[in-house]
Amino acid sequence: MNFNLTALVPELFFLGLVLVLMVQSLGTREWKPAVEKWLPFGACAAFFVSITGFGLHGTMFWDVYKVDMMSQFFKIAIAFGFYVTVLNASKQSTLEEGKRADYYMLLGFSTLGLMMLASSVELITIYLALELASYAMYAVIPLRAKSKGAAEAGIKYILFGAVATALALYGLSYIMATMHTTYISELMTKSWAFADNPMAVVGLSLFLAGMFFKLALFPFHFWCPDVYQGASNETAAFVATMPKMGAIVVLVRIAVLLKPGLEITTLLAVLGACSMTFGNLSALAQTDIKRLLGFSSVAHAGYIMVGLVSGTYEGVAAAAFYALAYLVMNLLVFWVVSRVASDGRNLKLTDLNGLYKKAPVLAFSLAAGAFALVGLPPTMGFMGKFFLITSAWGHGYNWLVIVLVLNSAIAIYYYLSLFRHAFTEEKAPGKVADPDTSWFASAGAAMLAASVLAIGMIPAPMFNFAINAGKSLYGIAVAVSGGGH
Amino acid sequence: MDFGYPVLTILIAFPLVAACGLFFLRAPQVVRYYTMAVSLIECLLAIPLTGFQMNAEFQFVEKLDWVHQWGLQYYLGVDGISILMVLLTIAVLPLCVMCSWTYIGKREKEFHFCLLFMTSAVLGVFCALDLVLFYVFWEAMLIPMYLLIAVWGGDDRKYASLKFFLYTLAGSTLLLAAIVAFRVTGGTFSIPELMEMNFTFRFQFWAFLAMALAFAIKVPMFPFHTWLPAAHVQAPSAGSVILAAVLLKMGTYGFLRFCLPLTPAASEYFAPMMIAISIVSILYGGAIALGQTDIKKLVAYSSVGHMGFVTLGIFLFNQQGVQGALFQMLNHGIVTGALFMMIGAVYERSHSRDIKDNMGLGKYLPAFMFFWGMMALASFGFPGTNGFVGEMLVLVGAFKYSTWIGFLCIPGALLAAAYMFRVSLKMAWGKPSTAKTWRDLNAREWIMLTIPAVFVFWIGLAPAPFYKIINPSIDKLLNDFDKRKVVQVEADSPMQTAANDVLSVVAGKE
Repeated sequence: MNFNLTALVPELFFLGLVLVLMVQSLGTREWKPAVEKWLPFGACAAFFVSITGFGLHGTMFWDVYKVDMMSQFFKIAIAFGFYVTVLNASKQSTLEEGKRADYYMLLGFSTLGLMMLASSVELITIYLALELASYAMYAVIPLRAKSKGAAEAGIKYILFGAVATALALYGLSYIMATMHTTYISELMTKSWAFADNPMAVVGLSLFLAGMFFKLALFPFHFWCPDVYQGASNETAAFVATMPKMGAIVVLVRIAVLLKPGLEITTLLAVLGACSMTFGNLSALAQTDIKRLLGFSSVAHAGYIMVGLVSGTYEGVAAAAFYALAYLVMNLLVFWVVSRVASDGRNLKLTDLNGLYKKAPVLAFSLAAGAFALVGLPPTMGFMGKFFLITSAWGHGYNWLVIVLVLNSAIAIYYYLSLFRHAFTEEKAPGKVADPDTSWFASAGAAMLAASVLAIGMIPAPMFNFAINAGKSLYGIAVAVSGGGH
Repeated sequence: MDFGYPVLTILIAFPLVAACGLFFLRAPQVVRYYTMAVSLIECLLAIPLTGFQMNAEFQFVEKLDWVHQWGLQYYLGVDGISILMVLLTIAVLPLCVMCSWTYIGKREKEFHFCLLFMTSAVLGVFCALDLVLFYVFWEAMLIPMYLLIAVWGGDDRKYASLKFFLYTLAGSTLLLAAIVAFRVTGGTFSIPELMEMNFTFRFQFWAFLAMALAFAIKVPMFPFHTWLPAAHVQAPSAGSVILAAVLLKMGTYGFLRFCLPLTPAASEYFAPMMIAISIVSILYGGAIALGQTDIKKLVAYSSVGHMGFVTLGIFLFNQQGVQGALFQMLNHGIVTGALFMMIGAVYERSHSRDIKDNMGLGKYLPAFMFFWGMMALASFGFPGTNGFVGEMLVLVGAFKYSTWIGFLCIPGALLAAAYMFRVSLKMAWGKPSTAKTWRDLNAREWIMLTIPAVFVFWIGLAPAPFYKIINPSIDKLLNDFDKRKVVQVEADSPMQTAANDVLSVVAGKE
């Protein structure tokens, strides 16, 4: 068993963090110091440790675990996401006092699972990491105190999750039976045409279903709007972003199997197209912001498929970049949502009315987030979408690009309504709690908004990381299959 | 770079950077003076553009790598076609500030921020020589315009602003697909490089359609024009001015910059359709304008007609036509901008835009009526004004193209005269309502109307300097076009080819 401790520094740091949280969560009473006092620093440190770990590489545990540029790219993104979620959740009003350490511990476990998912290059390892990431989430969703909706959301999430992972496991057995291996690098050398290996193709489709569930891709998305709505704003911010990163990194790794023109690739493209269209059309009718964002994330899952089916390292890099963009812009919008709903209620669109007056920084940040989600320049969302369609055009799925483009046009309406309510409407109906306008709230929103805009205007450095990571992935392809790409 | 310093970048960045300074100001009056100063400095910063050489080359070029892997460049430059639009945009800015001096009663800071932001974006559109950079500016301009209508507009502002936003953004999404297709097929986003390439007709066919939709909505051409009257009527004066003066030009500029040079064969193929739509726009815009009782709506519909002349001129593919189109772009910016400023001025007095509430001005507001009359004459192309030069050239081009097309345009010109005379006569000599108590133009209004008036006569009486600027670029555009408009057309007829393309996409074959 090959084992390289230094290559695992980000994971080990995270494991340490989670263990401390675990110790703190023992017992019934809150321990001192309160978890919110130290965890943000710990999470920030974890983020920086992930950054310093960018150059690490190596394979270990009988080659099922691979530390490469792609995994490190995603680990940085995941660590960043965790850091922002911890900050975001630090003032959560709907969480009971005694459950705080448990809450963060579960989030931490889930994050650790996602980090491991980023490095897994073997299907069973992927499955295990996925389960580690999921089980913690099953417990977190219903933590919203005294809410029936939260219980419903929790049950929905568990049931859907169980079915999806069962399907994945079932599919895994088919792949093993036909291909006699579960290593992605070896699977790459096999034929994935339906005519050659029908069982394996069916198996892979089922295995992918597990990832699609996490990603909320059509038709595995039914949990998504309900869970967002049922979970507290802060938890929804986590669920909406982090598990998606995990799913995308696995899909990015599996995408090297998906040459354009294969049945399974076409299936993915079709699911992507359905996902975009269905998500966007459903979002048009929503008035609850979290439900709206839920359906929007279904659409975004579809967008990411565009990069994955192109069968090029540019496509993979574009998907990775878009995943990062998606993470940042969604965290931004959820940050604003959590701050506006300072009492933890679910926001309606009309609750945003007049936000520009009450909290100009939040309103401006929301605008940046909403326009990034639409894909308007000069934001990260635009660049991400642009890279996606550039990578996919000319590789056999031009129709998918057109579907994406038309879907962006549909999506404008509901994202614009976020902006419209915040900027052009004057008064919120009824009496509601005022948005949190503390310097902490404003600074967080402004920083996220600034990164959405800055990376949108100067995407090259970040995109270089993604493209190198994409190349490293296909670099393996060259080494194993002996053929160039 | 001709001057050793990046004049175009400075022109684009200065309003945006200066706009950020607005957030440190409080008093509305200070905000206005500050923005006025910014717009005047912007005019001064444009002085180096007088070093423009009278040839068809792209000048003041700036080029930097943006995203290397994807071949994106920060690539700016102007030629004879775009420099006029750049100057027009810069000149319109101080007028916009002036005409909203007393008009805007709330959120002044944000209003002026939007104005400056939009100026930056529009300048970027006219200067960009990289397709993606162009698209970035093209889209960035939507947000401030949306806000201008949605926040400071009239009673129906929400509907109008949403319609404006959805129409234009929906149109331009396909433009993005076309841009990507150009890159994949041509290997670059650089517009000057793409201008040298010959694409297959099949490719041009689709690229043209995708781009033309975006541009036609922006112009707007019939039947994509319905957002325009709503937006114009609801927008505050400055919004209408900037919309009429520069935003609509982005569409026709797109036709000139992209459709003709990049897809010449498809442009030739679709020219009859574009000409037909242009003529319908001219006649329809004129006929609808004739029936309006709201002055602003009347001018808005007249824009549909005037812009019809521009697109007609472009798709005639002869020198007079394209020259006329370019002149009309400039003229329409000056004249319609001035008309909207005057409508704003009269609205401030009467609080109504209805013709019947604004009559009898000849006696009580002679200075106002003097300018109105001048602009009205220019609007329908009275000899001696700038409108005449542009419209005449387009008509000459039309007759040169085909006598029938020329004859079809004549009623459009007559309609323009009819609705302008109708509204002007009523405003000048109609029975006055409350006009007796109104004050005539104040100093600020004098200034903001004198500037366009100077240009009305300058272009009308001595258009030679403008010819000198635009002619080399137009000659090059048309020469290239003539050389490259015939590429190998596939054996099937174009429509058949298109149908096959659609079928193969549906069937999953590429």
